[in-house]
Amino acid sequence: MSRSAGGDGRLPAAFTTPGTSSFLDFLAQHEPSLLPTGRALPPGDVPAAPHATTIVALTFDGGLVMAGDRRATAGSMIASRHIEKVFPADDYSAVGIAGTAGLALELVRLFQLELEHYEKIEGTLLSLDGKANRLATMIRGSLALAMQGLAVVPLFGGFDLDRGTGRLFSFDVTGGRYEETDFHAVGSGSVFARGSLKKLWWPGMNASDAVRTAVHALVDAADDDAATGGPDTVRRIWPVVATVTADGYRRVDDAALAAVAAEVEALRRTSEGGEQR
Amino acid sequence: MTMPFYVSPEQLMKDRADYARKGIARGRSVVVLQYDDGIAFATENPSRALHKISEIYDRIAFAAVGKYNEFENLRVAGVRYADLRGYSYDRSDVNARGLANAYAQTLGTVFTTESKPLEVELVVAEVGATPELDQIYRLSYDGSVADERGHVAMGGQAEHLSEKVAESWGPGMSLEEVVHLAVRVLGAQPEGEDRVIEPTALEVAVLDRTRPRRAFRRLAAPALTELLGA
Repeated sequence: MSRSAGGDGRLPAAFTTPGTSSFLDFLAQHEPSLLPTGRALPPGDVPAAPHATTIVALTFDGGLVMAGDRRATAGSMIASRHIEKVFPADDYSAVGIAGTAGLALELVRLFQLELEHYEKIEGTLLSLDGKANRLATMIRGSLALAMQGLAVVPLFGGFDLDRGTGRLFSFDVTGGRYEETDFHAVGSGSVFARGSLKKLWWPGMNASDAVRTAVHALVDAADDDAATGGPDTVRRIWPVVATVTADGYRRVDDAALAAVAAEVEALRRTSEGGEQR
Repeated sequence: MTMPFYVSPEQLMKDRADYARKGIARGRSVVVLQYDDGIAFATENPSRALHKISEIYDRIAFAAVGKYNEFENLRVAGVRYADLRGYSYDRSDVNARGLANAYAQTLGTVFTTESKPLEVELVVAEVGATPELDQIYRLSYDGSVADERGHVAMGGQAEHLSEKVAESWGPGMSLEEVVHLAVRVLGAQPEGEDRVIEPTALEVAVLDRTRPRRAFRRLAAPALTELLGA
């Protein structure tokens, strides 16, 4: 904000220059030091920083479910038990993040603002493809950081108002954008979660089945991946689960999640009895 | 050698003010009215794309009269100002007072230093947790700011409309009552029969204090018809 007040107090020229509807472009012009890409990285290794882990997302009849566990790790240590990794990007889309937590949270904040800024200036929402492309551009800008081991891998999905369906996009660190069909997972536990989703997803499922499947996939990931946390029944910490439908982004409340977690636990208890046979 | 004509500063300022006032008076009026659950903005505007009333930030809205390209430019600057401030600090640190100051400085500087003043008049309003905490700032083409209570009318027949609003407005009115009042006042003419403005020719928006986070909401023609129908 240092330059926001010019010598005579009026708004600086960058504010009144017509043209861009993008907050990122405006920042790049006016205050590049606030952008993640505007910072040079010093030489040397980056000390251990919290990493966020597994995110799963799947489509259902009339929308999309996205869910993330609540664990962040720094090496072999649990850095946080209640970090949140699934966020509303705007009214009709959700973004989940895996990778270096600090950078990922900054990316989400900037992405949310980018969409809101566009909406306010243009008076309309970006298309779902437009939002995904915008996110891809932002990730591409952080390639240098990714090469230092500070990668951020988001999962983006939303309700496409033009097509009337839920859609899902994955990304790689070079800014590649890939539309996924049916379901996808990112993060350290994604291999196990994807395997679980492959068996538990079916076409035309409804919202509550989709929520249960998402929680089940996270439980499966937590089962085999040390960096993914399962539902914590002692502290009553549940995964963050959100649905995006024609009615917009809704976070599933804790009471419903407690019931779903209990249901999944009961299923597993009967099928995976640990006692000697 | 030719000598430039001497123009007294008083005359210079008066000419500029007259010029700006004439430009503003050509446009349609905007009325801003406080109601129990927020602040309502209304104007006659048949266009659904070129807005005179817009969202700036979570609890802040903007309304303008005058030259479209000039106030549109100020609106975009305001959105950038608010978003940058909210990103640098926190969303709760963006307030209408700061924005009104930035606008006032800009309008004032343009009025005194540039060849042509901005032909605009603005309202920057912020809805608070209670009606007492609502803020409504009215800014003129010369950079003067007024902290208004309850209601504002600006544009073409600002004074005439202000009087009409003041006659009927009272604190604690409902949304339905203030929208009825706004439509009646906007249709008033200095002489002759009052016009009845159709909902499709109205632009109405509210800052609704009961909404979480983003308080701004437009009332489209169907919602307006319902509201006015009763």
